[in-house]
This record gives sequence, C-alpha cells and structure tokens, in this order.
Amino acid sequence: MSSEMTDTTDETLIETGFSVETDRGREPTDAEGIVRSEDLSVYYGNERALEDVTIEIPENQVTAIIGPSGCGKSTFLRSINRMNDRIESCTVEGELTFHGKNVYDDDVDPVALRRKIGQVFQAPNPFPKSIYDNVAYGLRIQGRADEVDLDDAVERALKGAALWDEVEDKLDESGLDLSGGQQQRLCIARAIAPDPEVILMDEPTSALDPVAASKIEDLIDELVEEYSVIIVTHNMQQAARISDKTAVFLTGGELVEFDDTARIFENPKDDRVEDYITGKFG
Amino acid sequence: MSTDTKSGPGISGDDTLEDAHKSNDRVRRIFFACATITVVTTVAIFLVLFDNAASYFFGARLSEVLLSGDTFSRTVSFTEFFTGTRWAPDHSTPAHGVLPIVWGTLAITIGAGLVSIPIGTATALYLSEYASTGTRNKLKPVLEVLAGIPTIVYGYFAVSFLTPVLVGGIATNVINPAGGLLDSISHLAPFVLDPAAEWMMGVRVGRYSLLAGVLVVGTMTIPMVSSISEDAMQAVPDELRNGAYALGATKYQVSIRIVLPAAVSGIFASYILALSRAIGETMAVTLAAGFNANLTANPFAEIMTMTAYLVSMARGTSAVGTVEYQSLFAVGLLLFLMTLTMNLLNDRLKQRFQEEYR
Repeated sequence: MSSEMTDTTDETLIETGFSVETDRGREPTDAEGIVRSEDLSVYYGNERALEDVTIEIPENQVTAIIGPSGCGKSTFLRSINRMNDRIESCTVEGELTFHGKNVYDDDVDPVALRRKIGQVFQAPNPFPKSIYDNVAYGLRIQGRADEVDLDDAVERALKGAALWDEVEDKLDESGLDLSGGQQQRLCIARAIAPDPEVILMDEPTSALDPVAASKIEDLIDELVEEYSVIIVTHNMQQAARISDKTAVFLTGGELVEFDDTARIFENPKDDRVEDYITGKFG
Repeated sequence: MSTDTKSGPGISGDDTLEDAHKSNDRVRRIFFACATITVVTTVAIFLVLFDNAASYFFGARLSEVLLSGDTFSRTVSFTEFFTGTRWAPDHSTPAHGVLPIVWGTLAITIGAGLVSIPIGTATALYLSEYASTGTRNKLKPVLEVLAGIPTIVYGYFAVSFLTPVLVGGIATNVINPAGGLLDSISHLAPFVLDPAAEWMMGVRVGRYSLLAGVLVVGTMTIPMVSSISEDAMQAVPDELRNGAYALGATKYQVSIRIVLPAAVSGIFASYILALSRAIGETMAVTLAAGFNANLTANPFAEIMTMTAYLVSMARGTSAVGTVEYQSLFAVGLLLFLMTLTMNLLNDRLKQRFQEEYR
C-alpha cells in the first residue's frame, strides 16, 4: 500500500512542488480518533473565530493544522485543552470530545483535562527556574512528585526531548540561560514529563532558527511513537515533512479540508486549498 | 565624472545640523539642572541635620566650630542616647535615652507591616490573578483612593473609631470573652472598657494606644503594598502563566509558584516602601498612638514614635539652641538614617532578585 502511495507522490510532485514522505512506518489507525469535534464553533465576544468544525484526530499520529493568519488554527488548538477558558470573552458551541467525553461538559475539570493534554507554545516560555525544576514542575503541581522517582522522570523527559546530552551537567542552571532552540526543547521536556496523551504545539518553531527548528521536527517524529501530536504551523513545508494528517483552515474559521497529508499536498479536493498551498492565496 | 572633488555620502558634519545640536545641548543642561535640585536638597538636608545633631551631642554646631572658633564639650553622651530607657529631654530632670521612641517607631512599623503585608499581598494576588477584568477595573480605583486620603484624616479615623470601638472592643473581649459585640460599642468605653483594661493590663484604654497606631498605619499602607505588588504581578509575562496552566496547574499554584516568585523584586519593593512610609508616618500615628514615650509592648498603652516627638517638640516652647531643642535634629538624623537604610536594603534586594528572575 505504501509503495503505491509513494508512486503517486512522485507523479504529483511537479504539480505542487512539495515532497511528501508518506511512509513513516506508522500504520493509519482505524480506531476512533482520540480528539474529535462536532460542529465546534468558538466566539470571541460576537466575533466568530471557528465555524462548525467537525474533525477526528487520530491517536499516535502527527496532525498538522495549517492555514493563513487569523483562520482560527490556534483557537482550535486552545479549545482542545480549554486554554480558551482563560480568555474572558470566549464562548464555545458544539462538541469537542477527548476519548469520547465532551470536554465542555459541566463535570469536566479543565485542570484534570490539561494534565492529559500537554501544550508547547509559539515562543519558548521556560519558567525562571532551574532546568531541573522546569521539567519537574508538572509532576510537582500534579502532586505526583512522591509517586515517581523525580530524578529519573526528569532525565527521561529531557532525553525524550533530545536535550539531556546538552544539559546533563547543568541541571541547576536557569532554564533562561539556554539558547532559544534549547529552551523550546526544554518546554517540550516539561510538557512530556507528566506523561500526557496528547501534545499540542502552537507554531513551536516559528521563533527558532532553521537548525533549531529541524531538531524540533526530528523530535516530533520520535514523540509520535508515544503521544498524539497536534501541531499548528504556518510553514507548509513543515506540515508536509512531519505530519500524517493535515487540516486546512481558511479565513473565517472554517475547516476546508482534512485528509492524509500526502493527499492534501498532492491532490487537494478544494480549489481554495490548492491555491493556498501553491501560494496563490494567503 | 570627476574624481578630485568627491562629495561625501552626506554624513560629514556641516552647518545644517548645528541648530539641532545647540538646542539638544540646551535641553540637556535644563534636564541636568532639574536632576541636580533633588541631589542638592538631599545633601543640604543631611548637612543641616548633621550639623545640628553635633550641637546636641557636643554643645556646638560643626559650622560654629569651624567658622567662629567655638569648642566642643560633651552635653549628651552617645551611651546615654543609645542605651538610656527614658526619653524626656524637656523634663525638669532631663533624660536622653532615645530607645523608647525608637521602639515606638519600630513597634508601629513592624506591627503595621504585619497588617499591610499579608492583606496587601493577598489583595494584589486577588486583583491580578483571580478578579475578572470588570472587578479589577472597579476595585483598583477604590484602593487608589484609599492611598490618596490625607494622613490627618486617618488620624481622626483612629481617634474617633479605631481606639474606642475596635481597640476597646479587643480589650473587652480579651477580658470578657463571653461578652457580645455590643459590649464593644464606644459609649461603653468610659464605664466598662477602661476600668476593665486597667484592671487587666494595668493601663487605661485612653485616647491613644499602640494598637490603634499599628492598625491605622497598617491600613493606610495596604494600598501601597497592593498597588505596587499588583503592578509587579501584572508585569509577569502571560506566557509563564499559560505554560503552568497548560501543565494542569490550578489558579492557586500559578499564583504562588509562578507569579509570586517572578514578581518578587517588585513585591519586595512594595514592602520596603510601605515600611519606610510607616517609619516616617507622622500625623496619623501621632493621633492614634500618642505622645507618651513608654518602653512597653502592651498594645493598649500609649507610646511615642520618633515622628510624634518631632511634632510635639517642633511646636513646643523650647528655645532655639537649647539641648532639648537640638534633640530634634539628633532624632531627625536617626530617622533619616533609618529610612536611608531601608532604601539601600530595597536596592540590594531588587538587584539580587532581578538577577535570579529575569
């Protein structure tokens, strides 16, 4: 099956100018998606930021969300772990489920939800604490610091974020003393240390130089073995390189197309998506 | 194209910018002059204080010695000044132990800090982390009004409400816990509270008390702590809060473990400012705590702060140049050194914490 798809890739490469590596050795799962939304609309005051988004995001794959500025990509991401709650004027309609449970139900505690769904932000935001304390923070506030071997958990998270070799000798130093790329990997380590199920990434490489960005991309490729990754990106090459599925949002908060990444980039159904991908629009 | 007269790229200095540079210089001089005013004033005040304080201790001002050839003679010894426990320079048998009024000032300062620091910090945390934008926009102006009330008004507040009702009430309920709140109503004070307090603590809950001074100065410095602390908390980047919330932190955890440490230098600055204000506070504390230099920790007793002494002495009848008059400057100098120490401490703390949290 994969060889077949690779063939199509070669043929259509010329059309969109993207090389899409379709075979990542990850079998598409038929299981129900870990995160699903049904007619999800989000408003800031009277302004609609997302319009009736229905999507099913698969487990243990990388799902990229692309689209022009102001299309609601980040809004969608934030509505998954209810970080939108922090915005006073924000209201949500429709349904968004995590493991089949609507996260906007009254009995859902956003604090508990966020312990299952980690997030990495656009600009690295390490706490003004030591590297060790940054990584240990999640386990500590979740009251799990005594259950686990904290040193071990920190080491594993830093290894998982491909940062261990660089910081092994200076865990006591401030996280702010690291370079931008290292800081972002520290934030990834911080997010994976409490072992969430989903990791949301909001343009995690847009503040980084290309070398640091490519390290993060390699890292995402490894993270997906254990976690479901949902990544918002401005960079279409990046989406094509790292994701299994791609969702294209267009202005107005509308989900225009959602499919296997290869199909989106090689053979989009919607003309607007094709225009956007080939740079005619957005 | 000729090569001998090369016209520059337009960056060599010529006449066109001369006016701009001139006015630039003029403005710089004006600004410098303004900046100098405060420095000169501070230095002048310090010199006057020092000069006059010398006459308190040595019988002659430094300037008199230097300019008119007067000689020093010991009037008040440092030992007596710093270790004596009775302060009555204008008494018929004068005593010059500054401890009672230094204690008065410190007791008010520490007590006021115990009131304003916890309440002010909690207020700031509420406003910055818990309150909705609407609530914050309503509450903050009210707090700032509290900061703008003239201190003399606080003084009357203490005289007419705090002492009779609150302090009297505490005195009663300590003695007679079964007594209801009604007992503490002010009109009972002369008949019930005062004798009771006198019986128990050995003092009358009179017009003045240390506790009233602590409460009034504490109250008036709350807005200082809360307002400056809240500004410091608001300056903590929201990305840090987002980072913590996304890890499943509760509001309390974000407030205590992220916002407080990141804003600590500003918060400490607010504490020091409030304490400095408490040290230097005059009107309210004089009206609330009184003029009687007692070396006592009894909260219901009348005490005297350094500032209260300065007020009573400055409006008194002592002749200029007498030892009791010159004591004004000795106390003033000491007060100045205390607030100066607080300011230096503030700078040190700020630097240290700014290094730790950028």
